[in-house]
Amino acid sequence: MLLEVQDINLTLDEQPILYELNLKVAEGHIHSILGVNGVGKSTLAYLLMGLQGLRPDKGRILFEGEDITQASITERARRGMTLAWQAPASFEGLTVRHYLDLSGSRARQNGKGEKIAQSLSMVGLAPEQYLDRFVDERLSGGERRRIELASVVNMQPRLAILDEPDSGIDFLSLEEITNVIRYMSLQGSAVLLITHREEMALMANQSSLMCAGQVIASGDPHTVAQYFRDHCDDCKHPNIPDLNGEINELQQGI
Amino acid sequence: MNYSKEFEAIAQAYELSGGDADLLKSDSVASLVVSGNEVLGKNEIPGVHMRSEKLAHGVRVWLDVDPGTVVENPIHLCFGVVPKEGLQEIISEYHIGDGAKVEFLSHCSFPNAVDVTHIMEATVHVGAGASMNYNEVHYHGPQGGVKTRPKTRAIVGPGGRFISGFKMIEGKVGELDIDFEADIGARGVGEFTTKAYGKGNDLVKVREVLYLKGEEARGLTKTNVVVVDRSRSDVYTEMHGLAPRTRGHMDCTEVVGDNAVAKNVPVVYVTDHTSKVTHEAAIGSVDRKQVETLMARGLDEDQAVDIVVEGLLR
Repeated sequence: MLLEVQDINLTLDEQPILYELNLKVAEGHIHSILGVNGVGKSTLAYLLMGLQGLRPDKGRILFEGEDITQASITERARRGMTLAWQAPASFEGLTVRHYLDLSGSRARQNGKGEKIAQSLSMVGLAPEQYLDRFVDERLSGGERRRIELASVVNMQPRLAILDEPDSGIDFLSLEEITNVIRYMSLQGSAVLLITHREEMALMANQSSLMCAGQVIASGDPHTVAQYFRDHCDDCKHPNIPDLNGEINELQQGI
Repeated sequence: MNYSKEFEAIAQAYELSGGDADLLKSDSVASLVVSGNEVLGKNEIPGVHMRSEKLAHGVRVWLDVDPGTVVENPIHLCFGVVPKEGLQEIISEYHIGDGAKVEFLSHCSFPNAVDVTHIMEATVHVGAGASMNYNEVHYHGPQGGVKTRPKTRAIVGPGGRFISGFKMIEGKVGELDIDFEADIGARGVGEFTTKAYGKGNDLVKVREVLYLKGEEARGLTKTNVVVVDRSRSDVYTEMHGLAPRTRGHMDCTEVVGDNAVAKNVPVVYVTDHTSKVTHEAAIGSVDRKQVETLMARGLDEDQAVDIVVEGLLR
């Protein structure tokens, strides 16, 4: 198993955010995490990458069998993990070319690494129009998210954590994004795809459903999406754990 | 004085500040080279006229661009003091004729400075519909022994553009005391961009004032300063919206590290109800999200901070 999350608890400002969370992501697989807003999906993504100083109160994160729970962001990245933010940062004075080159340099050291222009084309941006632009506020949110995705592609990671890569992307562009994710998987990267759109979750090999800081079920994406459709859009217990047996029912169904 | 040797020394210093010394010898590029109070080189091209007068501690320069002249290559200005100590005063007057278009690249180099004072006093007249783009880059050696006092008073005619950039990010700043003002005429544009990197006990002081006097005049001040160690920055910007439909914006970003201190005072003064002037200031440490994004690509924290800071000052 590439990534194993074991019994994670995370409390922030005395509020439990993640609770006894377990998750497994297999090598080269696309694994979607499905859940409505506020269930802790992005927090889980940040915790896995070690961002914002987040470390679990309890539990372990294993990457290729090694405990990385306390590892720095850089250490995790150098082991082959990376993350694309839902709302990526802007960088004044840094060109798209330089930005993509930074992500590719480590991959090239390992004898890998996409060509910068190619990774931009893959996310639907013309290299000749974008390479010399700055990764700053003059880019739209959609352009910035695509560049973030290109940066991840360029890195050729073992595990890419994509936090809502479909956020703010129109329906037509969605296909481009899903193609990029499939391409990454074909190239050997596992992808942890955080989303609240069931149609995105369906592209995965495996799906996990999050509710109230827990993964309440993992399995076939269609089954998980069906449950999501039937129960989560009109949730009767938003973000309150203990689904009165419904979890068990779902887990049995999967 | 051995002019040839002096020229070579200042040309070397010019290259340290990012200039291309070969251009100072090119016939097709207008240029002026001043070391201390000596004019070591001057090249005029059609439509561009230069006069100079030696002063006790510097030179007085008149630089005129004929109306309608479009200067193809940037005019290169090279000022500097090679010895460890000295005073250099550059008193200059720029007249950019109506409809002319010109760009200046000014490099000021003080590679060995231990106790050097560099005073620049510029008076600028940008004619109607003319455009002047002036970029000044400084290189100060590692000692930080330079006191730099650039002062500009500019008048921009109707439809004219005056874009001024000042950059001091290589070597140690020493003491920098910028004092820029411009009056912008109808439909004219005035922009001041300043970037400085203070280290050790450097002092970065910036005062930039734009008077939007003509209707639909536009102004921008953009100040990016990074201060680390025990250095200090003090940024004061002022924008006056004095005529109908004028638009102005002041943007100040200061990054503070270690025991450095940063200050920003923006002043907005509007006398016409159709004028709009805005300001935005951010003072703090390097943005954590930017750093973590780069760390998530495999850079260590120090490398990530350097890239963010370099970008801000580029």
